[in-house]
Amino acid sequence: MRTFEHVNAPDVQTAVALLGEASTEAIAGGTDLLGELKARLRSPQRLVNLKTLAGLQEISYSPKAGLRLGALVTLAEIERHPIIQERFPILAQAAASAATPQLRNMGTIGGNLCQKPRCWYYRNKLFECWLKGGDKCFAEDGENKYHAILGADRCHAVHPSDLAPALIALDATLRVVGPDLDGELSLEELYTKPTESRRQMTILGPGELITDIRVPIPKNGSRGVYLKTMERQSWSFALVSVAAQMNFAGERIADARVVLGGVAAIPWRARDSERILIGQRFSEGLAERAVEAAVAGAQPLRDNEYKVSLAKALVKRVIIDLCSTTD
Amino acid sequence: MATKAVRAKKLKVAIRGPGKTAIKLTVNGETHELLIEPRRTLLNALRKDLGLTGTKKACDEGTCGTCTVLLEGKPIYACMALAIECDGKSVETIESLSKDGQLHPIQRAFIAEDALQCGFCTPGQIMSVKALLDENPNPTLDDVKRVLSGNLCRCGAYPKLFQAALRAADLVRTGR
Repeated sequence: MRTFEHVNAPDVQTAVALLGEASTEAIAGGTDLLGELKARLRSPQRLVNLKTLAGLQEISYSPKAGLRLGALVTLAEIERHPIIQERFPILAQAAASAATPQLRNMGTIGGNLCQKPRCWYYRNKLFECWLKGGDKCFAEDGENKYHAILGADRCHAVHPSDLAPALIALDATLRVVGPDLDGELSLEELYTKPTESRRQMTILGPGELITDIRVPIPKNGSRGVYLKTMERQSWSFALVSVAAQMNFAGERIADARVVLGGVAAIPWRARDSERILIGQRFSEGLAERAVEAAVAGAQPLRDNEYKVSLAKALVKRVIIDLCSTTD
Repeated sequence: MATKAVRAKKLKVAIRGPGKTAIKLTVNGETHELLIEPRRTLLNALRKDLGLTGTKKACDEGTCGTCTVLLEGKPIYACMALAIECDGKSVETIESLSKDGQLHPIQRAFIAEDALQCGFCTPGQIMSVKALLDENPNPTLDDVKRVLSGNLCRCGAYPKLFQAALRAADLVRTGR
C-alpha cells in the first residue's frame, strides 16, 4: 500500500464533505478496500474512516416499521440476530454464507452492498480492463469461468454480494446521503450495469453514502430461502445464488420475488419468472416455465455455460422448496 | 493538495499521516504506545513494531487466516485491519495463551491430538478456537467446523484440528 492520510469521520455531514474531495476513499470494514489498496488498483491520498460514525451500528426492529440496519452493522451481527433469523431468514442465511467468521466480524452491510467485483482481470493491476478505464474486457475471450451469463455488455464481471440478492428479494430500501441529496431509494435501484460514462456497478457518486437499510416486514405466511452454490463449502463467492421470497393466498402464489446472484453485473431480478408464478398454483410445469424464463437470453462464454444449468437447478429448487413448505 | 488541507481544516477534523502518528494499542493486557503510518496493518504493527511474531503472515490479503487475532474478543484477520483503526482497542494474540511457562489447554489439546503438520497455520487456528470457547464452552462438531472455516490448513489436518478443538473444550470445561 502507498501512504495515505487518515481521518476519523465525526458525523455523516463531515464524512460526505470529506469524501467529495479528490483522491479520497471511504473505509468501513476495510476487507474489500484494503485488497484494492494492496493490489494498487487505487492509491488514494486520504482515507475517511466511517467506523467512527455514531448511530449507524444498530439493528432495530419494530412490528410496524420493520427492520432497520445501520450501514456499519457487521455481517456477523446480521447472521446472529435472533429477530433476523426468525423474521428475515434469507437475510441471516445470506450473511452466514458470505466469506468467513473473521471477515464477517469485520465487513459491514454497507460495504458488502458496495463491494467491487472479484473478476481476476479487474483485480490485477497488469490488466487495464474496460471497467478500470481501458478499452477491453479481457474476460470476454479469456478466462471466464466465474463471469456473467446474463445482460453483459462491455464488462463481464459479476456483482459478488450475497446480501444484495436477499435484500432485494425482501424489497429493502436504502437511505443515501450525499453533497446534494438525502433520500430513499430501493436497493434494486442502487445497482446499474456499468456504462461507457459510468464504469461502476452502483449509481453512487463521489461523497454519496449509504447510511441505513430498511426492510419491510414480509406479509403473513410469506416464506423465503437463499441458496448459494460454491466451489467449496465456505469462503467462496457464489458461482450462482438465488434469493426468493413468496407469499401465498390459499394454494395460489400471491407474490414472488426471485433474485439471482453471481450471474450478472447487478443482482439479477428474474421478473419474467415472477410474472409466470404470480397468481398460479404450483405445478411441475409452472416451475419449468419459471425456470426457463429465469435464464432466457443467457449468453454464456467459453467457460461458464455451467452457470446456466446451476441457475436453472437453483431456481427450480427454491420454487419447489417454497411451494411445498406448509406452516 | 494545499486547498484540500485547508478545506479539511475548516471541517475541524484531525488528519493523521501520511507520516507516523501515535496510537495506543492494548495487546495481551499490556498497553503500548506506537508510532505508525496510517497504512500500517495491525499484522505488521504486531510483528514489526511489537516483535510479536507468533501471529503469522502468509497471504496478506484475507484469504488464508493464519494472521487471526482477537480484536475486542472477536476473531479477525490482522492483515486486513489498519493499526490506526485499532487505536485504543484491545488485541489478543497467540502469545497471551501460555502463562508462567504453562501451556493453555487449547495448546495442550493441539499437541495431544497431533493437530498440525507444518504448524504454520496453528497460531491462527488456536485463536479461532479460543474465540469459540470464550463464547461457547460446550461446542458441537458443527460449531467447531464453522469457526475454523476461515483458517486454511494446507497440510489438511482438519480432522485432527476438529478433535483438538473438542478436546480443548473438554479441558477448559473441566478446568484441567
